[in-house]
Amino acid sequence: MTAVTLPEVLTVAALLFVLGLVAIFTRKNAIGILMGVELVLNSANLNLVAFARFNGLDLNGHVFVLFVILLAAIEAAVFLAICLAIYRRFRDIAADQVRELQG
Amino acid sequence: MVDVWLERILFYGLALVTVGSALVVTFGRNLVRSAFALFFTLMGMAAMFVYLAADFVALVHILVYIGGILVLILFGIWLTHRVIDLDIRAGRIQLIPGLILGLVLMGLLGLTIRSFNLAARTPAPYRATASGIGRLLLSTYLLPFEIASVALVVALVGAIVIGRRETSR
Repeated sequence: MTAVTLPEVLTVAALLFVLGLVAIFTRKNAIGILMGVELVLNSANLNLVAFARFNGLDLNGHVFVLFVILLAAIEAAVFLAICLAIYRRFRDIAADQVRELQG
Repeated sequence: MVDVWLERILFYGLALVTVGSALVVTFGRNLVRSAFALFFTLMGMAAMFVYLAADFVALVHILVYIGGILVLILFGIWLTHRVIDLDIRAGRIQLIPGLILGLVLMGLLGLTIRSFNLAARTPAPYRATASGIGRLLLSTYLLPFEIASVALVVALVGAIVIGRRETSR
């Protein structure tokens, strides 16, 4: 019996990735979709950190995770601003209700 | 021997908390409850970062995700529902196709992970990472670092412009 190996960590990250993707596909509410996106980004971060640890603690992966976290914060701020603007215009942010751009 | 078992129990406990609350995030019926489940997912993720010897990344993760993004998400939920909606239902579409796609993708990812011989790799010993990350950020990654700060300013100004109320026109 050995300590936790790399494939086990990658499996946990893959589970989180799939759960996030299912949330993106099945949620109607735009903020539910945002939560799915956050799960997907987090699972990618977990993969990067795991590979860094099992590659002699290579810090390049950690720097990449920091940039991903920063972009996730930017994306969340802009996403919620757009949600508020859409809500003021349509009184709803369900992905299947706001269809004025569909022509 | 005992410490190896303790390590496994620790890791699988964390994985259970993280994936279990991620299930609530994905399939929960109440959107506010999903957001609070996301809190536990993010905390479990931060603990796993610490377990994987990424102490600085774990701290930044807690600060940005739990201190920033989660609060933004909660305010977003409450600001985009009428006050009379006491329980905020989260409708679902395409549940069966989404589930099938998720299962197929999980199988593919599992096969991919198994097809590489990754189990033989040994984990690096723990050491502090903050100084190394700082050195990398200010030497190799200096240009992306500066571009990231510009992107942050642009995105914040853009979010304010999009999100503010229309004044008299």
